[in-house]
Amino acid sequence: MATYQLNINGQRREVTLDPSTPLLWVLRDDLKMTGTKFGCGISACGACTVHVGGVATRSCIVPVSHIGERPIVTIEGINQDAVGRAVQDAWVEKDVVQCGYCQSGQIMAAVALLKHTARPTDKNIEESMGGNLCRCGTYPRIREAIKAAMAQITKGDE
Amino acid sequence: MIQRELNRRGFLRVSFAAAGGLFVSLYLDPRVAPEALAQEGAQAPPPKVYPPDAFVNIRPDGKIVIQVNRLEFGQGVQTALPMVLADEMDADWSNVIAELAPAADVYKDPVFGIQMVGGSGSIAHSYQQYRELGAKTRAMLVAAAAERWNVSPDQLRTEASVVRGPGGRSATYAELAADAARKPVPASVRLKNASELRLIGKKVKRLDSRAKCDGSLKFGLDLDLPGMKVAVVAHPPIFGGRVRRIVDDEARKIEGVREVFEIPLAKGTGVAVVADKYWPAKQARNQLKIEWDLSGVEAPDSAELWTRFKQLGQTSGNVAASIGDVKQLDQVAENRRLVGEFEFPYLAHTPMEPLNTTIRFDGDKAEVWAGSQFQTFDQMAVGEVLGLKPEQVTFHTEMAGGGFGRRAVTDSHIQREAASIAKRLRGTPVKLIWTREDDVQGGYYRPMHYHRVEVGIGPNGLPLAWRHVIVGQSLLMGTPFEAMLVKNGVDQTATEGVSDTHYNIPNLHVSVHHPKVNVPVLWWRSVGHTHTAFVMETLIDELATRARMDPIAYRRKLLKPEAKKLLSTLDLLDKVTAGWRNRLPKGHALGISSHESFGTGVACAVDVSIENKRPKIHRATVAVDCGLAVNPLSIESQFQAGLSFGLSQLMAKGAITLKNGRVEQRNFDGFVPPYIVDAPVAVDVHIVPSAEAPTGCGEPPVPVISPAVVNALARLTGKRYRSLPLVSI
Repeated sequence: MATYQLNINGQRREVTLDPSTPLLWVLRDDLKMTGTKFGCGISACGACTVHVGGVATRSCIVPVSHIGERPIVTIEGINQDAVGRAVQDAWVEKDVVQCGYCQSGQIMAAVALLKHTARPTDKNIEESMGGNLCRCGTYPRIREAIKAAMAQITKGDE
Repeated sequence: MIQRELNRRGFLRVSFAAAGGLFVSLYLDPRVAPEALAQEGAQAPPPKVYPPDAFVNIRPDGKIVIQVNRLEFGQGVQTALPMVLADEMDADWSNVIAELAPAADVYKDPVFGIQMVGGSGSIAHSYQQYRELGAKTRAMLVAAAAERWNVSPDQLRTEASVVRGPGGRSATYAELAADAARKPVPASVRLKNASELRLIGKKVKRLDSRAKCDGSLKFGLDLDLPGMKVAVVAHPPIFGGRVRRIVDDEARKIEGVREVFEIPLAKGTGVAVVADKYWPAKQARNQLKIEWDLSGVEAPDSAELWTRFKQLGQTSGNVAASIGDVKQLDQVAENRRLVGEFEFPYLAHTPMEPLNTTIRFDGDKAEVWAGSQFQTFDQMAVGEVLGLKPEQVTFHTEMAGGGFGRRAVTDSHIQREAASIAKRLRGTPVKLIWTREDDVQGGYYRPMHYHRVEVGIGPNGLPLAWRHVIVGQSLLMGTPFEAMLVKNGVDQTATEGVSDTHYNIPNLHVSVHHPKVNVPVLWWRSVGHTHTAFVMETLIDELATRARMDPIAYRRKLLKPEAKKLLSTLDLLDKVTAGWRNRLPKGHALGISSHESFGTGVACAVDVSIENKRPKIHRATVAVDCGLAVNPLSIESQFQAGLSFGLSQLMAKGAITLKNGRVEQRNFDGFVPPYIVDAPVAVDVHIVPSAEAPTGCGEPPVPVISPAVVNALARLTGKRYRSLPLVSI
């Protein structure tokens, strides 16, 4: 057992647990932040994607002991950010979700993409979103929503 | 007296605010008289009654809560059925809240007679029911207003949750609800005509989108109860294995681990590990040393199964269809005959939300939280394990992260496991979680199938005689569905799509063998059509190519005139793809397929090239005839996305295989479903205008895509693809 100070969505959170505990289970079981989803536990599906130090990260394989000072942003906090809000709004506007279970991870991956690439091509989208599984298969609408969010964000820039 | 009147029809109840306009939301408990509720007063609002014996609850704040009588797991029923009810009721859509109903008789599927979702039956079976519920609720509100204003009901109009009468009088539904609840439920009621509909037929966005985009929606796995424990189970390495000895010293040393004990499984036994949280439970399971008793347990092997299946397929089995005289085949010259052998592997469903169920057992009652497609069976199963009657088991339907058939299990094995654990932890809620490894390796797969087809081609290029043998485990023998769907040794879910083909084949013989194999099997979205449509649509395409005919024209020529939904979709597909399908860039090819399932006709065209040795689907166009389109937006979404689910069959690592009884794949590294790069880049969906009764759209997208894609590949490579998954091109 060890105690960690985590910066999650701009808030300081203290947890005491086994250092091997993946960030995913710290969020879900200790902090009751269940918006981040468990899908595979081997970083193969992306349902658990959060931002750690601004980088889209599979929280199911990152032990809490490896986080350090890096700030964590989860789906519950992504609306604090203009890009995050634009992506969430585009997802709703395009009626993307079906079962919705993977969509926290999809949105977190899309926000990371749009923060690094203001005008992603189809190829960029396939690369950045390439590890996020959706069993319902909402991929065509995910593409549309990313492009709609991009249009919204770049409109704001001009 | 009032109660008796309200209960007369038994399925409709409008609830109301009990005490003086205060914010009290409750369902009227049929066992408690309204007067008693009123006396309880404002200080102590009566508890919400479970199960809410009602479909509609009009809250004093104007919110209208509609109970959805089946699981929402992506298909959109949680929006579509409330739309139907709200339309007839003239409810203000912006104030409608949809809830998933718990297990109760009143929520049983009107056709199947159990509470379930499956067979693409949500809209097909409950459309009329929800229209009537809405219309009757409206009639009761109107009756209440008519009485209040002393006017005739036909002088009143309704819109957006308001009743309007002569002289500018108006009252909101919330104001009228208490009086309306005392009105008798009308025995019959006029439904709106098409021009009066305001929601049905319109593109209406999902009600659950925002909560699914901000992380606030709670799925079954997200449930958190005070004092709750988490359980994982170690399952035997071969189905049916039993625990001989458990060494758990290391496992018990892990902090947070509470219990380790053996439990019965649907087949064999397993070891449950209960801990405070998931991570210690999972770690402890890794530390268990279990000696398994595998004596007398059949250890199936995929390679051996193929040999056995192929051998069986050389002779006819139990007859599923016999039309004309299939011996006409023998009259057809060798060079006008075509023999096709097809192989389909076991497939896992792998819904994104891992399987789970939470149960608290209190001795004389239990409470269950589960994303279940079969509430009735699952509730009974929990009761059986815990020694309770179904009515002692409160069963909450939790939003589920996909299912595709995996949450519709007649033996309720997940709920039985969870109940066995809860029984030991009496008084403590315990959440059973199946890890992804448990899911991929845990059986209940789409069964392996082998098809052998011999076709004799007539002088006109159309099939003259067709002999078709199917080999595969029965899904339904030994289940409650056997009596309904297994006839003369033929499980209709293995032959659907072939034995009832809409193609006009004058001499057709379809038969089936159902070998028994020690692998639990289960329906996988679109059931038998997953393999039968592939066989039919690739063969028909091959025949069209041999006849040098356009694939759409060939199908239209071969279809029976009564196959109206397939003809209408092929006509529409022809029209909407005219601009692109014969003008594809170099290296691209067109693939066509069409198939009817669950009463819905579908035709599909794809534009495919080969990239990185895999099919790249640049575009898919789908034409759909599903009768009246209740929510065209939802139908479009089901088809756009359902195609990708169907493509699971083509993935290079899209098979479950067994070696010496052990499943060879463990997780999404070995069993790989389609990712964004594998999905069609764009899908346009076109709906045939229709006023016929609506049919389902959950499953019909799945069968058409794989044959369309390999038909395109055949044009690019000259090869025919008959064994799935598509390991190489």
